[in-house]
Amino acid sequence: MRVIIVGAGQVGSSIAESLDDDHEVVVIDTDDSRVESLTYSLDVLAIEGDGTSLATLREADVGAADLFIASTDDDETNIVTCATAKTASDAFTIARVRSTNYLQTWEESGGAFGVDFMVSTNLLAAETITRIIGLPAAQNVDVFAEGSVLLAEFCIPTNSPIAGQTVAEADDQFNELTVAAVLHEDGLIVPDGETKLATGDEIVVIGSAESTRAFAADLATDRDENRDVVIIGGSEIAVQTAELLEDRGLQPRLIENDPDRARELAERLPQTTVMSSDATDREFLTREHVGDADVAIAALGSDEKNLLASLLADRVGVDRTIAVVESGEYTDLFEAVGVDAAINPRDATAEEIIRFTLDGRMENVAIIDHDRAEVLEIQIDDDSALAGRPITDATDDLPARVTIGAITRDGEFITPRGDTVVEVGDHVVVFVETEAVDAVASRL
Amino acid sequence: MASKWSSSRLRVDWRTSIGLVGTVVKYLSATLLVPLAVALFYGRDVLTFAIAFLITVIVGLGLERVEPDPDLGTREGFLMVALTWLVVALVGTVPYLLAGMGTGSTLAHPINALFESMSGFTTTGATMMGEISFTQHSHALLLWRQLTQWLGGMGIVVLAVAILPELSVGGAQLMDAEAPGPGIEKLTPRIAETARVLWLVYLGFTVLEMVLLYGLHLGGLAPNMELYNAVSHALTTLPTGGFSPEARSIEAFSAAVQWLIIPFMIAAGANFALFWHALTGNPEKLTQDTEFRSYVGIIGVLTAVIAGLLFTGAGIETVTDAVPPIIGQVEDALRHALFNVVSIITTTGFANMDFTTWSAPAKTILLFAMFIGGSAGSTGSAVKIIRWVVIVKSLRRELFTTVHPEAVSPVRLAGRVIDERAIRGIYAFTLLYVALFAFASLLIVIDSWRVGYTISTLEATSAIASTLGNVGPGFGAVGPMNNYLDFPATSKLLMTFLMWIGRLEILPVLVLLTPSYWRT
Amino acid sequence: MAVRVDVRTSASLLGTVLQALAVPLAALVGVAALYGDSLLPFVVPTLLSLAVGTGLQRFERSAPGPREAFLLVALAWLAVALVGTVPFVLTGAGVFASPVNALFESMSGITTTGATVITDFGLHSRSILLWRSVLQWLGGLGILVLAVGLLSELSVSGAQLMETETQTQDVTKLAPKIAETARLLGGIYTGLTGLMVVVLLVLAFGGLAPALSLYDAVAHALTAVSTAGFSPEAASIGAFSPAVQWATIPFMFVGATNFVLLYYLLQGDPSRLRASEEFRFYLAIVLGATALVAISLFVNDRFGTVETTLRHALFQVVSIVTTTGYATVDFDLWSPLSRHVLFVGMFVGGMAGSTTCSIKTVRWLVVLKAFRRDLFTAIHPEAIRPVRLTGSPVEESTIRDIYTYTLVSVVIFSLLTVFIVVDTTWSAVALSEFEAMGAAASTFLNIGPAFGFAGPYGSYAGFPVATKLVMTVLMWIGRIEIVPVLVLFTRAFWRS
Repeated sequence: MRVIIVGAGQVGSSIAESLDDDHEVVVIDTDDSRVESLTYSLDVLAIEGDGTSLATLREADVGAADLFIASTDDDETNIVTCATAKTASDAFTIARVRSTNYLQTWEESGGAFGVDFMVSTNLLAAETITRIIGLPAAQNVDVFAEGSVLLAEFCIPTNSPIAGQTVAEADDQFNELTVAAVLHEDGLIVPDGETKLATGDEIVVIGSAESTRAFAADLATDRDENRDVVIIGGSEIAVQTAELLEDRGLQPRLIENDPDRARELAERLPQTTVMSSDATDREFLTREHVGDADVAIAALGSDEKNLLASLLADRVGVDRTIAVVESGEYTDLFEAVGVDAAINPRDATAEEIIRFTLDGRMENVAIIDHDRAEVLEIQIDDDSALAGRPITDATDDLPARVTIGAITRDGEFITPRGDTVVEVGDHVVVFVETEAVDAVASRL
Repeated sequence: MASKWSSSRLRVDWRTSIGLVGTVVKYLSATLLVPLAVALFYGRDVLTFAIAFLITVIVGLGLERVEPDPDLGTREGFLMVALTWLVVALVGTVPYLLAGMGTGSTLAHPINALFESMSGFTTTGATMMGEISFTQHSHALLLWRQLTQWLGGMGIVVLAVAILPELSVGGAQLMDAEAPGPGIEKLTPRIAETARVLWLVYLGFTVLEMVLLYGLHLGGLAPNMELYNAVSHALTTLPTGGFSPEARSIEAFSAAVQWLIIPFMIAAGANFALFWHALTGNPEKLTQDTEFRSYVGIIGVLTAVIAGLLFTGAGIETVTDAVPPIIGQVEDALRHALFNVVSIITTTGFANMDFTTWSAPAKTILLFAMFIGGSAGSTGSAVKIIRWVVIVKSLRRELFTTVHPEAVSPVRLAGRVIDERAIRGIYAFTLLYVALFAFASLLIVIDSWRVGYTISTLEATSAIASTLGNVGPGFGAVGPMNNYLDFPATSKLLMTFLMWIGRLEILPVLVLLTPSYWRT
Repeated sequence: MAVRVDVRTSASLLGTVLQALAVPLAALVGVAALYGDSLLPFVVPTLLSLAVGTGLQRFERSAPGPREAFLLVALAWLAVALVGTVPFVLTGAGVFASPVNALFESMSGITTTGATVITDFGLHSRSILLWRSVLQWLGGLGILVLAVGLLSELSVSGAQLMETETQTQDVTKLAPKIAETARLLGGIYTGLTGLMVVVLLVLAFGGLAPALSLYDAVAHALTAVSTAGFSPEAASIGAFSPAVQWATIPFMFVGATNFVLLYYLLQGDPSRLRASEEFRFYLAIVLGATALVAISLFVNDRFGTVETTLRHALFQVVSIVTTTGYATVDFDLWSPLSRHVLFVGMFVGGMAGSTTCSIKTVRWLVVLKAFRRDLFTAIHPEAIRPVRLTGSPVEESTIRDIYTYTLVSVVIFSLLTVFIVVDTTWSAVALSEFEAMGAAASTFLNIGPAFGFAGPYGSYAGFPVATKLVMTVLMWIGRIEIVPVLVLFTRAFWRS
């Protein structure tokens, strides 16, 4: 497949990085130094030029492209680039935007601006955050099979009833749930039944929505449902999160320092209590009882501020802290120093875009632990190695260890166990380590 | 324009305003043809209206000549609106003066005539007529009195904007200055079109009420509601005016008539824009409207309280012949409570019984109800429901921010954020209204004391609340079956001023009194 | 969800305040002994306030935030009023046989209203009558301002408490330490009171005040500077000579003048007072209203001489505008004009940062200026024109607060009037509309006398019980300027 990516920022390059092995990738960027560094670091064709100019696009041979991704940092540029590409090519166009206005227009018009698919970075990040809030103790949550399957990452807390059990024991208690992976300090393990779960382990579970929620509630017995949410910062992600929380009937609090911006937000968010104050003012935090909150989300303009704000929130007594991290390399650091969940908006965007490069049957993809593993949702056809066979037989044939996390058949959830027979037409959610993804995917 | 300004130290092009007032008056003369026709039919006061018609045409043409080529700005707009109402009220006195000459009518006195005319156009309904009967006044004159209210109801300037093309540019601002409530809603892109829509809805309701009232008469349910009465009362219900050619107001008619008039008063006190939405296929706009809900709620609560008082007899001071049998009668108590509450809140001023006979609690409740007023964009006056709704919401916000000093919480009305400046404006208006009321009450007390006229505080305050709020009747000497004749002339002039300033919602008049309006 | 107000801190601080209240109560035990009155009515509340105070103080205490301050302010006034009721109830003389009357009297005292239920002053002991004056003196400057000045425990959060209680940021810190500021204010207050005692005594020794004893001098000094208005005499200041009446006027006037400006004046800096627009406005209102009343009295030829007319006009206007509530004559008998002017005067009030109540001149001044600004911006929609007070711009949010406060006051007054009319009709108490309005304004705005049977020489005892209770509550709400009480009834205060 020939893929053209316009904009080699963080999103653009991470997409390019995950595609360069199997696809012809052309990257266009206006910044010559970025173009140069990409040329050497990745196996891609990097062109310096303006994506909105037809000449540049012709240079990239846009006519032959199958997929066209516009992911610069500017919404209007991305949209115009896609529209331009459409004039010279039949490629499937994807535009990344921040503003939800464009997304709304695009959704309502059923594909305006010559954009075939539109991804809103901010909205995706906000959705991730609200999913995490919905699941106590979770660090990351993704949905599959139209919401009937949840993928969640947890860190096992001390005094959790699960700590010390084996994977098989844990699986038995929650029958619609599979522990797909355990992330130790020394790496990722695809567990078998005998693997022991210990405090501090991060585990990835795949299961039905109800089971996953029950598991989360069991894992963190001392945490109620998250009703009281404080959002620190008035960035676009913060607003989107507040809007999603409002939709769920919550009345979040939002702290924004700039009075004008605070006023603007207060007007946009009828159910949110917007406060205009410095979120690092301890006296204010105490007086407003921010410490009583169940969750604090740090969504200020910069990573450093988010770190400070979430640590401070943790200090005043907030149960869980979630921070938005723009630079991917900081996520681990954040979680190491005590932030309960660090969300990288670009990860979510990249996930969303990459799934278009996969083969038609693959419908959804999630990236685990900074691309050490992926979770794929695949519709089974006749050619699949899984079709018509019990899982244990089939998985032995595959080139690498995979875990079948969940199966849905006509919308019904089926718990995959060794003797479960997968049928054609089933949707299967599988957990695969990244280096084996391409090999495995082709066989399924 | 610039050259005109420099030639005079005044920064207001008053000629434009007067010229436009002339145009309005010129067209207004056409409405005098209606009573003229009635006069011809009944054979009384023909000459009166013929002369009045001529005078109006001449005044209109004369004023128009002051500035044949008007160019309207913001300031000229204020002046034009304020002057229009004043000049129209002055012109409206002509029939009263002419008809009253030599008949011993109380309206022969210029101050009384001016009061009556202003009370008519501002839809107040306070009267200076000593004896209201067809022996004293002709059918034509009493119909002219009703007609003034109908013209004033939706607004003379709104009517002018609808008809006169030269007003279409500054029209929105003119309507804003005249229309009740904070701000107008443009229903259609062209302001003249909006004005026409409002007048059409208004006209439609009026005709409907006429037909229904006369239908009751034909159906035998309203023996004395002849065509003349049906037309007369429909003409003063929709503008929430309250004049009646009957001395006993609506008490003179059957219960069926009273019940029928209630929904029309309620409709007249609701936002006409909502009816337009309802008629164009958005009925949910009416039922979901915060102001409309509050309006119905307030009417409901006050009616329940007063109906309870009347039913138990606690609402009647002393039972005399003048009091219809209400105590212990469910329908009667409810009808009288609902009718008078609606009449007062919508600032109509009809009465189906003399509520002066009510006990102090019931009267006090009515007195404070005079401050509530109808909805914005209705023909009702006084403070208006929407302002109270905003005030209550903003008070709750104040309390919230007291607890959370950093909280930024905009006041919302049906999901829409209200501008802080608008909230301040609403506070300022309401306070100014209350202050003006208190100050004018004091003046009335002083003035009455000066001439040795005894007046109780309740009478004085109710007279002021009633004229400032364009309601009509007060209590005691100025009760619904009485008149304002006994006040000293200065008090009458003051009340005439209050009706004028109250109808225009204070600001357009008050602005004219500031030096910066004229100079800077 | 948890309660987010630290109730224990408020309760504990309230305990401290109550403990301090034992001091004036104990002093009254001495007074009772001196006059040979029964000691019990004062011994019991002294012990009671000590016991309850000590009990409450045991609660865990941390630094109070604004919410705790609101709760404390609301509770402190209520608690002091309740303790203040005890002496009246224990004597049980006359109208105090009814506890509601006793509570009314106590609340009227501590809130410096000065509306009394006493019908026959002869029935009550001197110590009880002095207790009324003492209550008013304590309430005059604000219980908490006194407490902050005296109790070191309250000094840290003092600014918070004082601001909440006075509802004005105008009490700028005069000294670096808030306790020091409170002490300065208390000093001025005490000094003025002492000065008045001396002045009155000098008049008495000079033969200009034959009816005035030391007891009278003290009792009136305690209630004049606090703009409160209780008098142990049935005829109020009317019982004394014209000289005493003249001497009382400036003290009421000064009591309703901003104490911060007085402080600068005492420091030898009169420029601030002279420059203050509020002061000029206050002065203009007093003089204007006096002129109106005086003219009305002249025309009616009520008091033959110019001096008498002027004295009574000035005295009554100052008494009402400053919210004191003394009377030299029964102004209820005056012409409708004079009575209406006095009625309107009730809504004015003195300056912010003084002992006065009611709406206060500063609010009216800002309202007026904001009106003018609004008229200006109606003509010049693009103009930005801040409202200025004595040169410095007033914040828009403050203007909104002032609008809200003023309007809410008017609305509460209206509702109270309706309630009084309904309740009196129900109980078959004859009361005209004007008298009802007068009584509503007089209690809610903490003035004292009204018209009719609640007039300056009358008593509130005739009102039905429910009305008296509602008035008691509104005196409380009115004295601490509405907001600290209203917020207690919002969900946000307790929960969010």
